[in-house]
Amino acid sequence: MKLITAIIQPHRLEVVKNELQNAGISGMTITDVKGYGRQKGHKEVYRGAQYVVDFIPKIKIEVVCDDINAPQITDVIVQSAHTGKIGDGKVWVTTVNDLVRVRTGEHGAIAI
Amino acid sequence: MNSIILAVSQTITADSALAAANGAWMLVAASFVFLMTPAVALFYGGMCRSKSILNMFMLCTGAMIVVAVLWPLWGYSLAYGTSDIAGIFNSPFENFLLSSLIKSENGVWTAIAGEDPSAYASTIDVAFQVTFAMITVALICGAIAERVKISTWLIFVGFWLTIVYCPLAHMVWGGGILSDAQNSITSLIFGGTTDSNGEWIANVVPHDFAGGTVVHLNAGIAALVTVLLIGQRKGFGKEPMRPHNLPFVMIGAFLLWFGWFGFNAGSAFAADGVAGYAWISTTAATGAAALGWLITERIRDQKFTSLGAASGIVAGLVAITPAADVVSPGFALVLGAIAGVVCCLAVGLKYKFGYDDSLDVVGVHFVGGLIGTVLVGFFAADTGLVYGAGPNQLFAQLIVVIVAVLYSGILTTIIVFFLNKTIGWRITEDEEVSGIDYANHGETAYEFSATTVLDR
Repeated sequence: MKLITAIIQPHRLEVVKNELQNAGISGMTITDVKGYGRQKGHKEVYRGAQYVVDFIPKIKIEVVCDDINAPQITDVIVQSAHTGKIGDGKVWVTTVNDLVRVRTGEHGAIAI
Repeated sequence: MNSIILAVSQTITADSALAAANGAWMLVAASFVFLMTPAVALFYGGMCRSKSILNMFMLCTGAMIVVAVLWPLWGYSLAYGTSDIAGIFNSPFENFLLSSLIKSENGVWTAIAGEDPSAYASTIDVAFQVTFAMITVALICGAIAERVKISTWLIFVGFWLTIVYCPLAHMVWGGGILSDAQNSITSLIFGGTTDSNGEWIANVVPHDFAGGTVVHLNAGIAALVTVLLIGQRKGFGKEPMRPHNLPFVMIGAFLLWFGWFGFNAGSAFAADGVAGYAWISTTAATGAAALGWLITERIRDQKFTSLGAASGIVAGLVAITPAADVVSPGFALVLGAIAGVVCCLAVGLKYKFGYDDSLDVVGVHFVGGLIGTVLVGFFAADTGLVYGAGPNQLFAQLIVVIVAVLYSGILTTIIVFFLNKTIGWRITEDEEVSGIDYANHGETAYEFSATTVLDR
C-alpha cells in the first residue's frame, strides 16, 4: 500500500477532489498547512511598511491506495492541481506498513 | 394603577422645560460617549493578533473601571469646581465623593439646584465628563498592545487620571491656565475686559470644543512617551504583525463614529442649532478624512484597504473634535481631508524612527489632534487667520498645544518610568511570543479547531 501526499494551491482543491473521486478513490484527508518552496521571500506592503512573508497557505491531501494504483492517482493529482505558476506544490509517495479500519478491525489492503 | 405625582413645588416653566430638554440630550450624549470606549476596544482588538485580543479588551476595560471608581472620589473634583489651585487643578476635596454637588431628598440622591433654573442638573455633567476621562485613558492602550502586564496598567490608569487627565481637563475646560479665565496664559498675554457683572471677558480664548487637546493630543503624547520607555514588541519591524479581525476593526470604527455624535454634538451642552451643526461638521470632516486616507493609500500602496478606511474615519473624527463648532462646512471638509492624508503618511513614521506605537495611537490621535487644534487658528469663524482676524487665535492654539504636550509628556514619562523601575511593565519574551492572553489572563479568545478544546 502507498500513501500519496500532495501539497496543492488551496483554490485547486475542488478540482483535485472531483478528479480523484472520478478516478475511484474511496477516501482522502485534507489539512490546512503553510509552507514554501521557491515562493519564499515574497514581499508585501501594508500600511506603508514592507514585510517579507515566508509561509504561504496551502492544502495537504493524503490518500492511501494499492501499490498498483499509486502512479495513476499521482498523475491525477498532478494534472488537476497544475496551474503553471510557481507555488503549484508537490506530490510524494511513501510506503504504508499497515492500514486498519477502526470500525471492523480489518488489516491490510482490504481496509482501503 | 400608576399615577404621576408632582412634588408640591414643581411647576413646568420655560426654564425647567429647557433644562429638561437639554438634560435629556446630555444624558443620551453621555451614554453615546460611554460606548466609544468599548468601540475603541473592538477597533484596537481587531488590529491585534488573535493571541492578544483579550488583553486589549482587558486594557480598555481596566481604563473604564478604574476611572469609574476614581471619578466620584476625586476625579471630577480635580477637574471641575470653584476651588482652582494655581490654574492647574481644582481642589479634590471640594467635591470628594461629590459632596458639594448632591444631597439626599426624601431618601433619594439628587443634584443640588444651581443658580440658573434653565441649566440642567449638575449630576448630568458629572456623568458626561466621566465618559471623556474613560475614553482618553483607553486610547493609550492601543500603543502598548500585546506586551504589558495588566496589573501595571491598572495602577498606571489611577495615576494618569489623577495627575495628567484631570488637571489638563481643568486647565482647558475647568477655568485653568489654558481657558478663558482671568489667570489664563492667553488672558495674561492678550488681556481682556471686565463686563458690568464683574465677569472677565478675555480678548483671545483658546478653543478646544470637544477635546482635541484634552483627549487626543493628551493621549497621543502619553502614548508616545510610554512606548519610548517600555520598548518594542519582539519582532517589531521584521515580522508582519497584521490585524487578525478586520471586521471588528470596522465595527469599532463605525461605533466610534456613532459615539462621537455624543462626543462632539454633546459638547454643545444643549440640544440646539450648535449641537446639530457639530453633528454635521463631524460627519463631513470624517467622510473627507476617510477618502483622503484611502486615496493616499491607493497612490502609495495600490490598494484601498478596510484598515485604511477605518483609520481614516477615526483620523477625521479626531481632527474635527476641537473644531466642530467653529469651522464652516467647507473648512470642515478641508480639515478632514488634511487629517486623512497626513495621518495616513504619519503612521509609517514609527518604522522610520523605531518606536512601536502598535496600533497607531500617535499617528492618528496625536497627529490628528494636533492638526485639528492648530487648524482652529486658521479656520475658526471670526477669529481664524483666513478670516483676516490676525494670528492671535493661532497663537492661542499653539500655546495650548505646547503646554499640553509638555505637561502630559513630562508627567506621563515620570509615571511610566516610576512604574517601570518598581513593578515593571513588560511580560517575558516567551510569554509575549506564545501569547499575552494566555500569559496575563489564562484564556484564549478563539476556540475554532477540534484540538484546542482539548487543552483547556
